[in-house]
Amino acid sequence: MTAAPDRLALEGIVKQFGTFRANDDVNLRIAKGSIHAILGENGAGKSTLMNVIYGLYEQDAGRIISNGQEVRITDPREAMALGIGMVHQHFKQVNTMSVVENVVLGLPGKQILDLDDDRRRVRELAAELGSEIDPDQPMWTLPIGTQQRVEILKMLYRDADLLILDEPTSVLTPTEIRAFFDLLEKLRESGRTILLITHKLDEVMDLADRVTVMRLGRVEAELEIAETNPRELARVMVGRDVVFDVEHTAPKVGDPVLEIEGISAVDNRGIGALDGLSLTVRGGEILGLVGIDGNGQGELAETIAGLRDISKGRISICGQDARGFDPAQRKSALGMGYVPEDRQKVGLDLDSDIAFNMVLRSFRAPPFSRAGWINFRKIRSHAEDLAGRYDVRMQNVSQRVRDLSGGNQQKIILAREIEDDPRLLVVAQPTKGLDVGAIEFVQRTLLAQRDRGTGVLYISSELEELLLVADRLAVIFKGRIVGEMPASEATSEKLGLLMTGKELTT
Amino acid sequence: MFDFLTDASQLADVLGTALRLSIPLIFAAMGGLLCERSGVFNIALEGQILFGAFGAAVGAYYFGTPYMGLLIAIAFGALSGVLLAVLGVTLRVNQIVVGIAIILFAAGFTSFMSRLLFPGGGNSLKLNGFENIDIPVLSDIPVLGPVLFSQNGLVYGALFAVIAVHFVLFRTRVGMSIRAVGESPAAADAAGIHVFGLRYACVIVGSSMAALGGAYLVLTQVLLFSDNMSAGKGFIALAAIVLGRWQPRIAFMACLLFGFFDAVQLRLQFDQPEIPFQVFAALPYLVAILALVGLMGQANPPASVGRPYDREMR
Repeated sequence: MTAAPDRLALEGIVKQFGTFRANDDVNLRIAKGSIHAILGENGAGKSTLMNVIYGLYEQDAGRIISNGQEVRITDPREAMALGIGMVHQHFKQVNTMSVVENVVLGLPGKQILDLDDDRRRVRELAAELGSEIDPDQPMWTLPIGTQQRVEILKMLYRDADLLILDEPTSVLTPTEIRAFFDLLEKLRESGRTILLITHKLDEVMDLADRVTVMRLGRVEAELEIAETNPRELARVMVGRDVVFDVEHTAPKVGDPVLEIEGISAVDNRGIGALDGLSLTVRGGEILGLVGIDGNGQGELAETIAGLRDISKGRISICGQDARGFDPAQRKSALGMGYVPEDRQKVGLDLDSDIAFNMVLRSFRAPPFSRAGWINFRKIRSHAEDLAGRYDVRMQNVSQRVRDLSGGNQQKIILAREIEDDPRLLVVAQPTKGLDVGAIEFVQRTLLAQRDRGTGVLYISSELEELLLVADRLAVIFKGRIVGEMPASEATSEKLGLLMTGKELTT
Repeated sequence: MFDFLTDASQLADVLGTALRLSIPLIFAAMGGLLCERSGVFNIALEGQILFGAFGAAVGAYYFGTPYMGLLIAIAFGALSGVLLAVLGVTLRVNQIVVGIAIILFAAGFTSFMSRLLFPGGGNSLKLNGFENIDIPVLSDIPVLGPVLFSQNGLVYGALFAVIAVHFVLFRTRVGMSIRAVGESPAAADAAGIHVFGLRYACVIVGSSMAALGGAYLVLTQVLLFSDNMSAGKGFIALAAIVLGRWQPRIAFMACLLFGFFDAVQLRLQFDQPEIPFQVFAALPYLVAILALVGLMGQANPPASVGRPYDREMR
């Protein structure tokens, strides 16, 4: 293979936040027309580096070379003028506006709006990418996968030939991921260059031509995909050997801790999400809930937690009817721990410190407060103790939770929810967006809880993860449980059929 | 008690009063709406009306013409807008606090300066104001004619402001950018829009519009300046923005509604001298509260209103 010219090269990039070096002497060369992956754990400095390329941050030292020319990028406008487009992990879009408005936003043109031409071009471009998009649909009504396509479309509309994709699959379902990979390959064939930022090894192995591995703000290795393997990548990324298997002993199953009988509930739009669903979780087992996103998993977790009303049926936690217990009482009186899917909005108060987040659900009661007075010293020492035991990487417990990586944020929630020995633990997508090291930690923690006798309801869209950790699996489809089986008898084929609403033939 | 509503000439009188009382609300509401659409809370409307009134009095008094009054009113409004933008957008001070500070400053500054600049205080002024413009033929229509087509230039200006704000926000490219900045400054920034520039522009223009509301009071209604003559109109305008769900046309109707109830209560005060006037004076505010309660849970403000933008915030 003859070496293609570099589309973009970085030399000695340094970016500092206060005393923290997010990027430390980063060098990178991206060949034209290739898919180049940047692999690293959360907090390795990948996103910072991309924001430097895109002009959202300005580097403190180092050079950026685009198509052989040294450039200074201090603004996204300049990046765009150089043909660099970025799709952020959290989409930069205006939800209340339509697709076409989002696409043309910020583009020059006639002052008086006439978007008919743009509508047509959006349709054409969408067709070219192999999808159908209604340009007039409001952004918030689109499925996440389609929103992402609009983001990519937006970049192509601006003639970007270098696309930076920041953790693009973290928001997608397995089916959407497959379609998304096809799209990326299509883009590469059309001569565009793709810079893929990810912490998922399999994606890198599947898609990329070359990979740069980052750790703690530095480049650890730059490898040709054909010449490496997942184990090597994992070792370079984490800095030690990673165990892909978790130890799994037979469960010692006890009494039911969660009994759900025929519950129905509606989602935020008022449309039926749960339809007479029944489910039992026993102490000492992990029940994995499998399903394609949007089949009622989120609503189920919320009804159990007491955050969503049920119109029908009954939920019992540890033998007690949960009706009339609010979310706080379900934890304190019924012994339920809850790790919500959206850890940033529901699980944590991002702008408060670590210490406060550790007692978010218990600060109103002794020992953290008495007669209306909060014992801050107690809260601090409690947090320091938990942070140590759950390995939260931080400067001190007064640090804002917003500034921590996703993995450390999740550890805080786990510590808080597990610490008072719950009998039932409901966890929703607990490893979403986490890197291998953190995933391993979460899984080990949940298994330890199980061995202690806790019943765990583990909701996830990562099939492999559930097959690894769960004792029993239940498949949810359109708000009902359509199949249950021991994990030992489950295969991805069987589950895949059930997940799409088909019957098992045997 | 309400028989004036059935008599044609009395009804025309009440409607005319309603429109006159609505004009300052309309100017302030449109100005505030523009600010909020760009993501900046402008609760200083009350102070900006007062600044506008004072500026109008200064201009009309020293130059003898209402046009200079108008000009200086706009200048005062724009300056208060610059203050709000520098503090609330660039320096990221809490916009509610900045707004309150501007209101208090406006009240103190204008009271003090009016005693200093006007002989015998602003109350004894007799300024040159704007005359009514009769639109030929149309102004002869019974009832509606005098209400709609025999008004001064600022009334037509207020109506034009509604159309202009609506047109700019929903029919122009810059308006689309303004809405994007108010909803999601991060998205707008990534799309290459100048977030800060647009917010400054909207705040300065919006504040100037609010000041026109004050100029209207001085140059067409009372022809003098009195302390705190904005009398809560800025706050009613804020309610009109919410009631209008940040849509210029609906907010305009909300202003008319509040103006109408104000006119009705004035009429009732006049007709029912035996009832303490305070009872009636509370009416527009009561309507505002009831209207907002009725709207409970439906208000959808621009998602980023009141939140200063910081690109490097993680």
